[in-house]
Amino acid sequence: MNLQSRHLLGLEGVSKEDITLILDTAESFKEVLGRPIKKVPPLQGKTIVNLFFESSTRTRISFELAERRLSADVVNFAAGGSSVSKGETLKDTARNIEAMKIDMVVIRHSSTGAPHFLSRVVKANVVNAGDGEHEHPTQALLDMMTLREKYGTLDGLRVCIVGDILHSRVARSNIFGLKTMGAEVSVCGPATLMPRYVEDLGVKVFYKLEDIIPHVDALNVLRIQLERQKSGLFPSLREYHRYFGVTKEKVDRAPKPITIMHPGPINRDVELSSDLADGEHSVILEQVTNGEAVRMAVLYVLGTSN
Amino acid sequence: MKLYLKSGRVIDPNTGKDESLDMLIVDGTIEKIGKKLSADKTYQVVDLKEKIITPGFIDMHVHLREPGYEHKETIETGCASAAAGGFTAVCCMPNTNPAIDDESVVRYVHDAGKRVTKGLVDVFPIAAATKGRKGEELSPIAELAQAGAVGLSDDGAPIASAGMMRLVLEYSSMFGLPVIQHSEEPTMTKGGVMNEGFESTRLGMPGIPPIAEELMIARDIILLGYIPNAKYHVAHISTAHAIEHVRRAKAEKLHITAEAAPHHFTMIDKSVESFDTNTKMNPPLRTRDDVEAVKQGLKDGTIDAIATDHAPHTIDEKEVEYTEAPFGIVGLETAIGLSITELVEKNYLTLYQLVEKFTNNPRRIVGLPQIKIEEGEVANLTFIDPNLEWIVDTNAFKSKSKNSPFNCWKLKGKAVGIMNNGICTMV
Repeated sequence: MNLQSRHLLGLEGVSKEDITLILDTAESFKEVLGRPIKKVPPLQGKTIVNLFFESSTRTRISFELAERRLSADVVNFAAGGSSVSKGETLKDTARNIEAMKIDMVVIRHSSTGAPHFLSRVVKANVVNAGDGEHEHPTQALLDMMTLREKYGTLDGLRVCIVGDILHSRVARSNIFGLKTMGAEVSVCGPATLMPRYVEDLGVKVFYKLEDIIPHVDALNVLRIQLERQKSGLFPSLREYHRYFGVTKEKVDRAPKPITIMHPGPINRDVELSSDLADGEHSVILEQVTNGEAVRMAVLYVLGTSN
Repeated sequence: MKLYLKSGRVIDPNTGKDESLDMLIVDGTIEKIGKKLSADKTYQVVDLKEKIITPGFIDMHVHLREPGYEHKETIETGCASAAAGGFTAVCCMPNTNPAIDDESVVRYVHDAGKRVTKGLVDVFPIAAATKGRKGEELSPIAELAQAGAVGLSDDGAPIASAGMMRLVLEYSSMFGLPVIQHSEEPTMTKGGVMNEGFESTRLGMPGIPPIAEELMIARDIILLGYIPNAKYHVAHISTAHAIEHVRRAKAEKLHITAEAAPHHFTMIDKSVESFDTNTKMNPPLRTRDDVEAVKQGLKDGTIDAIATDHAPHTIDEKEVEYTEAPFGIVGLETAIGLSITELVEKNYLTLYQLVEKFTNNPRRIVGLPQIKIEEGEVANLTFIDPNLEWIVDTNAFKSKSKNSPFNCWKLKGKAVGIMNNGICTMV
């Protein structure tokens, strides 16, 4: 049970077989999460460091719980900002990790490519927990797991990712992963938050929710970062909510129920209305549970392969 | 010193020569040129069969980093790099600390070049167009010209304000100095680290849109139409549309010239996927179509010169996260190899045209006298083996910095020596 790579840096280029292996493994770990004692021994004796250069609560907790449930020894390292601003280079940090005999590194960093850089300079397995605006592979894997659970397959499933596509690593990883698994992916958001040539990634682009809602099985609603408005990329939260906010009124016009996903944390009644977030077709909390199972699966597969 | 340069192919666009000739050089001056010359034993013989002799090459766009950033490069190491790369002259950009915006700094840089190379490599400073390169006040252009500056530029930054650009063009026109623009509309490029396009979308990298370069050039061309006595030069042109703007302006007989850097005709933005920070420069690596446009622009004469934008940075500065790394790569020691491999071998340029791009045209742009390979002239020469196949080894660079994406590239064509002011690196 080996992946093609020693690291999980992103989903671009990861094969269907590898994604399926991770999702299948995650399903069996989800069973573990239902037990009274939620701990298994496969990573006993392994040391994992969570290197978070960018603040994150839920992703870090999710990784940490996954690591502990696999019986790994866990060290957390949190530092705001770039290596340059804190005075030690990423390379030096990496060398220190190496010297401390760490087996696996989970890294979140505001700079695209930081995990790739790290993977070149350390012997440990590297797991990308989000790099810049590039990739967030475990988020996309948990999204795919959630959809596969609900629909049985990802092949032919129609998913629209809504919001700030330009700055979203969740969007990129979902596009890469879902396309590999045979899903039909579309994106919808304001033109100023839409990256150029995104259609060349094999997705359809929409600028009106009403145009795509009747044609999808699931909406993956992205968190809108409030600072994007401050930097002038869209005029106001009110206008954003009105035109790109996913609301009950809009989804009720679809011919059949639409699954609602969100990577969290939600800006309630901005990108997603509260009634939908808490409604019967929301799988948002299921995503959180699956996130733990998926991260256990990734760490397990990487940590136990040769 | 008496030299007998035997059987070299002399290519000199200034005198129209392109033939195999012998040359006698006495104390740095060309004494005799001709076929089958004879020389007595006091002459040292240098066999140049299969080699090319050209007027000394000039790189009109380098960063020597001195004064202020001597940890990256000094005038001495930069000139050593130039000599190794086949250049007998460089024009150095003013983004030093202090900036070259005062006559004393112009003199310092020019004289330091003479002192450290003893005349082997001529250093011609390009002075800041505005004080401190801030784009707010004119630098003392008359004094800078008097002190020996050969051009004006705020390179590294654009002269962004249209009002300031107008003043710079008007004032500089009194002295015939070219205004060298780093073309970038800064409100569109903030935070960008690579070309904005499909690759930046795929990699989730903040983009530098090609239109930011094109807009600035288009604006400047309109300004130039109103100030026809000014000379305007586009530094490191990199996009297809930007080249098209220059092509049209030239057709309208405006005083516009342009240069391109070797990395912009040899590499594309897809290379950034390696996250190697030696693929990070400004202007960034562009698309395949842009690379082709640069080559066509060189071929049809829209782009007058090849200049490297030699930009040394230390390994520690470059070995950081991609978004944090400084822009720029060193280029002096790979320029000729990349140009012969990519342009001559692939039939975009003849060797004769290549020589024009590396000496005649850039010297004309910055107003330097042309070098003639004629009897009685000072021997200012570059020697090239156009067939030499070699592998780039950045550790062997004479430059203090090794930040090049071309390490391990296999190239064809290399400078094998230079001669200037009586010093010859061939002997």
